[in-house]
Amino acid sequence: MEKAHFYHALKVVEKVCIGCTHCMNVCPTSAIRVKNGIADINKNACVDCGECLNACPVNAIIVEQDDFSQIFHFKQRVALLPTVLLGQFPDDISEKQIYSVILDLGFTHVYEVDETVDVLTEATKTYMKKNHQDRPFISSFCPAIVRLIQVKFPALVEHIIHLKPVIDISALFYREKLRNEGFLDDEIGIFYVTPCAAKIAAVKSPVGEDNSFIDGVINMDFIYNKVLLSIKQNKTVGIKYEIDKHMSRRSIGWTLTNGEASQYSGRCLAIDEIHNVIEVLEKLENEEIRDIDFLELRACDHSCAGGVLTTENRFLAIERLRKRGDWYHRNKPIILEEKEIEEYRPYLLENISIKSIEPRSILSLDTDMMEAMKKMEKINRILKVLPGIDCGACGAPRCQALAEDVVQGKAKMTQCVFLQKMLTKEGLITPQESFDISENTWGIKRFEKKNINDH
Amino acid sequence: MEFTFFIEGGNFSKAGTASSEVKKILKQLNVDAKIIKRTVVSLYEAEVNVVAHAFEGNMIVEIFPDKIVVRIEDKGPGIPDIDKAMEKGFSTATPKVREMGFGAGMGLPNIKKNSDQMNISSTVNVGTQLEIVNYLK
Ligand code: SF4
Ligand code: SF4
Repeated sequence: MEKAHFYHALKVVEKVCIGCTHCMNVCPTSAIRVKNGIADINKNACVDCGECLNACPVNAIIVEQDDFSQIFHFKQRVALLPTVLLGQFPDDISEKQIYSVILDLGFTHVYEVDETVDVLTEATKTYMKKNHQDRPFISSFCPAIVRLIQVKFPALVEHIIHLKPVIDISALFYREKLRNEGFLDDEIGIFYVTPCAAKIAAVKSPVGEDNSFIDGVINMDFIYNKVLLSIKQNKTVGIKYEIDKHMSRRSIGWTLTNGEASQYSGRCLAIDEIHNVIEVLEKLENEEIRDIDFLELRACDHSCAGGVLTTENRFLAIERLRKRGDWYHRNKPIILEEKEIEEYRPYLLENISIKSIEPRSILSLDTDMMEAMKKMEKINRILKVLPGIDCGACGAPRCQALAEDVVQGKAKMTQCVFLQKMLTKEGLITPQESFDISENTWGIKRFEKKNINDH
Repeated sequence: MEFTFFIEGGNFSKAGTASSEVKKILKQLNVDAKIIKRTVVSLYEAEVNVVAHAFEGNMIVEIFPDKIVVRIEDKGPGIPDIDKAMEKGFSTATPKVREMGFGAGMGLPNIKKNSDQMNISSTVNVGTQLEIVNYLK
């Protein structure tokens, strides 16, 4: 059983939030309401896509990270880097330099997550052959998409490929490798540098696994700033990292759009950006599209190059990664790690499956169908008196959402400003009552007198 | 509980809206995901049939504690030979419609496959009534 409560790294900083409703209106799962003038995220509905963070005009939504110094609780400190990290830096900063600074920060090993991609593609091919009745297959790559399917498309859950994403395979590999070198389990700390909030959620409340293979997460923008600062100030103590790091073109392209879909035969589609994904999932559910073999679905525009914790423009980052892949392709360097992974391939393949992924629909009005019907009738009645313009002034994203909240006992009809006006006019509530209701939604400060000359 | 959705003939860009609306309702009512899937697949098929062949139609959905009954009634040319239309691979779709990826002969047999009961009656030059029943338990 998965936990009833889900960890989310996205937090609303209450002091900064101005309750402007921007985030509420973009959330693809309608997880946000404004209460007391502050955005409030429903933990059961949020899928950690980061749309709200991108929409916030005052940066009130942040991605919480683990305290960096926690890495020193471990003797062996492995930094697992996403490939997009190297795409963040300008061309004149070498991979060697970046690796060296990361070691300087206190890590004992640096490892790029996508180095084990080969193991996953092999396992995926076998999986698709063995479970062909579950076609179309949906990749488990993006945790925001896995969660989206759980909450909004529960019927499609079984199409998700029940294999570990590459980040977990790499963590497994590195841990086993260090174990074989003689280190004890609690001496090994594996830390993932994340480009998004979804990967943090995946580490803190894993889906289909009992425990995560990763000990902590560090936000990518944090590492980016540290590296750049150190290089600009010439602080790096000698180049520690001696070997040139190389990855195959396939591994480098993995997190970019079409990185997975291009690896399999049959009809494979790559779709990025969460609204595009929702559109396709709707069609898939109706069987409006048939005969698809594999779907690569990613929440961010241009996949992980567009993650919320990236700093570089996504197009420039992609260009840099493509160049790196092309360089590899022309020069075909020997990759030491690849040989090493070969030894572990049987072990990794053996441990690559995940358990069932539970659907957890946020759509049903009640577990009891008769109750749900009653509620639906009530909602339809309420909708008849609401204005239907989705203004958001009640603190819900749409009139429909307010009606649902009312029926679920989470809101009052009088939160609707139109109703308030009507009721006041008819003398059913006093102007003071109407004012109090608005203060509940928008917070007390909202209605303090403002002077036109104030800033 | 009853809902009615209008289906516009000839407008393929809207084909599927009525079935998607029904899907949303069934999800809200906590109907089993597999039953939703079957129902929606057959409704989508029926909806596209109306769009492809009829002038207009209505999808009338009735939800009972134990079953979903959907009637799709259209005004159009009707089906002259229902038995033939029930044969696998038979399609009355014009080549143009087929080019658009609709009506590839999946129509009625696929609806039958995805419903517990299917009744159909048709009058040439008047229209077709299709009833689909799916049980909830
Ligand atoms: S992260 Fe995505 S799903 Fe969660 S509240 Fe923000 S916009 Fe909604
Ligand atoms: S596309 Fe990549 S960066 Fe964006 S949410 Fe998914 S895994 Fe994270």
